[in-house]
Amino acid sequence: MKRLAVWLSVLVSLASPLAAEGSDAQVTTFSLDNGMDVVVIEDHRAPVVVHMVWYRSGSADETRGVSGVAHFLEHLLFKGTDTLAPGEFSARVAENGGNDNAFTSYDYTAYFQRVAADRLPLMMEMESDRMVNLRLDEDDILTERNVIIEERNQRIENDPGSLFREQRMASLYLNSPYGTPIIGWRHEMENLGLQDALAYYREFYAPNNAILIVAGDADPEEVRALAEATYGTLPANPELPVRARPQEPPQTAERRLVYRDARVAQPYVVRTYLAPERDAGAQEKAAALVLLAELLGGGQTAVLNRALQFDSQTAVYTSAFYSPTSLDDTSFGLVVVPAEGVSLQQAEEALDRTLAEFMIDGIDPAQLDRIKFQMRAQEVYERDDVQSLAQRYGRALTAGLTVDDIQAWPDVLQAVTPEDIMAAAREVFDRKQSVTGWLMKDEEMTQ
Amino acid sequence: MRVLVIVAVWVLTAIPALAEVKIQEVTSPGGIKAWLVEEHSIPFTALELRFRGGTSLDAADTRGATSLMVALLEEGAGDKDARAFTEASEALAAKFRFRPYDDAVSVSARMLTENRDQAVALLRDSLVAPRFDADAIERVRGQVISSIRSDLKDPDAIAMARLDALAFGDHPYGHPTDGTEDSVAALTRDDLLSAHRGALARDRVYVSAAGDITAEELGALLDTLLGDLPETGAPMPEDVPVALTGGVDVVPFDTPQSVAVFAQEGIARDDPDFFAAYVMNTILGNGGFESRLMDEVREKRGLTYGVYSYLVPKDHAALYLGRVASANETVAEAIKVIRDEWEKMARDGATEAELTRVKTYLTGAYPLRLDGNASIADILVGMQMDGLSPDYVNTRNAKVEALTLDDIKRVAARLLDPDTLTFVVVGRPVGLETPG
Repeated sequence: MKRLAVWLSVLVSLASPLAAEGSDAQVTTFSLDNGMDVVVIEDHRAPVVVHMVWYRSGSADETRGVSGVAHFLEHLLFKGTDTLAPGEFSARVAENGGNDNAFTSYDYTAYFQRVAADRLPLMMEMESDRMVNLRLDEDDILTERNVIIEERNQRIENDPGSLFREQRMASLYLNSPYGTPIIGWRHEMENLGLQDALAYYREFYAPNNAILIVAGDADPEEVRALAEATYGTLPANPELPVRARPQEPPQTAERRLVYRDARVAQPYVVRTYLAPERDAGAQEKAAALVLLAELLGGGQTAVLNRALQFDSQTAVYTSAFYSPTSLDDTSFGLVVVPAEGVSLQQAEEALDRTLAEFMIDGIDPAQLDRIKFQMRAQEVYERDDVQSLAQRYGRALTAGLTVDDIQAWPDVLQAVTPEDIMAAAREVFDRKQSVTGWLMKDEEMTQ
Repeated sequence: MRVLVIVAVWVLTAIPALAEVKIQEVTSPGGIKAWLVEEHSIPFTALELRFRGGTSLDAADTRGATSLMVALLEEGAGDKDARAFTEASEALAAKFRFRPYDDAVSVSARMLTENRDQAVALLRDSLVAPRFDADAIERVRGQVISSIRSDLKDPDAIAMARLDALAFGDHPYGHPTDGTEDSVAALTRDDLLSAHRGALARDRVYVSAAGDITAEELGALLDTLLGDLPETGAPMPEDVPVALTGGVDVVPFDTPQSVAVFAQEGIARDDPDFFAAYVMNTILGNGGFESRLMDEVREKRGLTYGVYSYLVPKDHAALYLGRVASANETVAEAIKVIRDEWEKMARDGATEAELTRVKTYLTGAYPLRLDGNASIADILVGMQMDGLSPDYVNTRNAKVEALTLDDIKRVAARLLDPDTLTFVVVGRPVGLETPG
């Protein structure tokens, strides 16, 4: 019974606890003279390639006051260039039987197309073109700004769980730009202009800030030749800023918040702790936290689930989430959705009681073995989906990790000991570095 | 082993580069049929099962029984209670997914080669010998009711529930697939046993597999997995006419963005004009940036983040559905633009340029879908449900290529009916009257 995971998906969408990035897939890496990094992941089972360009810049790299501009620019990249009319990019991808899209997160902006392998040259030609030759006018801006506001309406304003999450993130991060939503605060989105978008474009869209990933039926040497002929001709941006964002100060006070909304059908409690992320050459603590999240909330046999759904009927759903791949401090979260007749206060107390018992009782070795075996199996399953493998490379590389880190990650996960996990838990479960949020019905506002 | 019959091997000859994708029709010693694509480079198998029928088999007094039953398949089976069952599947790293739809129960499995026999035994127990233990029923019932309550506050779920009720009335299609809070609260263990007997039977199962398994191994697997299921299941529901009469139906709900779903009668999957209708809709409302609806509603006017329409040929009725979401202040304009496009396509059909473009897109995109074991297994089982033969993968693009502008115009005039195109709007839309 996993249906509750669906409506809580916004909450946990950043977590990829079973991310086993390394695999037996053939991976080749090199760099172009202008500093652009290239990763080729070979899978020759079908004549299909995924072509992606990842910029090492996302919403957390925005200037304060223009939140949402990274995502806005992502939309605007589908407008014209010197040689492509507005909309022509996607039209040409479609004419070639392909699909294309783009996504923006805190640490990256990425563009991708999925096409027949022999159409790769055209994709590289067009994607390299819009890296430097974007042409925008005021009309593009006004229409597309309405589109992103409707996107915010759809993703956030119409969903109390997402509004709640925004408030919790803003509260968790005292100084890091991770406290600002990727899509932007509405009042700032409404004022985003052409110059804001172009300023971000000029600062960050350059080959020395980009990673090319080609995954599927591609030959690394052919990719190299094509990349040199397209991306390789673009000049590096010598002014590219060093990526150093505001960091968190010591967090010394626990935060609590209540978000009320008439549209809430099912109240729940979420606790989020500030947590360390994977760092280049030092992924051990993050690996321990990945396993901690699995042990506590990864599935039917997890600690929270057993205590709150099997041994007692306190909850209808529990979960733990942790996103290890992040440039700056990330978060570790716990969720309890109370059963009928259980208050949020009782749910939170039960959560704390279960955590306290876990800290005393420690880890069930059989459960840890099962989790590690599933992680190894996940590497096998993941080889079936080269696009998702490519995404894992892109996310990790834009979060400051190296290909070596990515390939070492499965072994780092397997090497984690129960002692490592308990030490990581003791470090992370510090209420002074946490936000506890209650999502509640607002009875007075119901119709 | 032994009596295994391989009826035919179909090769994707229409797409030369994919020539290695061979669809084998396999019949097990016990007579169970499946389609197989062998691919031995990765040591796992993707298996897809579909049992035709699904939640529309629910009787009027047991709405939600099939859905709750399906949710309980992984909550204890054979000699294992829920906890032991999960521990066993985790220890094997087998991935099982059980999903109820209105016309089918879907079972998806991914199993490692190294422990496939044990994984199959476990999956077999979940299908043939689910326990429906009292504590599991109560726990999962609570989850389902929580989910039903969430749907009552979710604009999309509210809109679809209202549309289904308008279109299908008392037919099972007119009711939420999960049932209602009251109906689920009233379900007994006997209801679940009966739903299980009715839904999971050999006379309605379709199977496909792709990955690291031979035809012989699959034959044996089929008998182990499905051989002990009952031969026949519950009778299928009656066909039902689509009772949509046009207009706009507003469901008041305090939220800033109105969600609108729209629908009219669609076209059956086996209708000779289905292909023409599919291509026509790709031009009109496929969610990509090339469709008319996206161009008019989003690209030109900025009224939405997304708008799309799609054909829904169910087993007992055919719908033509769409969705748009727009701020309360602008949703009326979005609806007007959609209606105008509906009328325009019905009247004039498509242009030569549009048809050429959509053909290159559809014919180029089709082979790209067959790019992994999981996606191949999923497509193959869908083809069987649709009554297609394996050589469809070779003839499908030719069918697209053969369509003419007259075909599109004819089907647009026949299918698109602005008068019965009905909008259900959930929100506080400005400038939309609720009739009555």
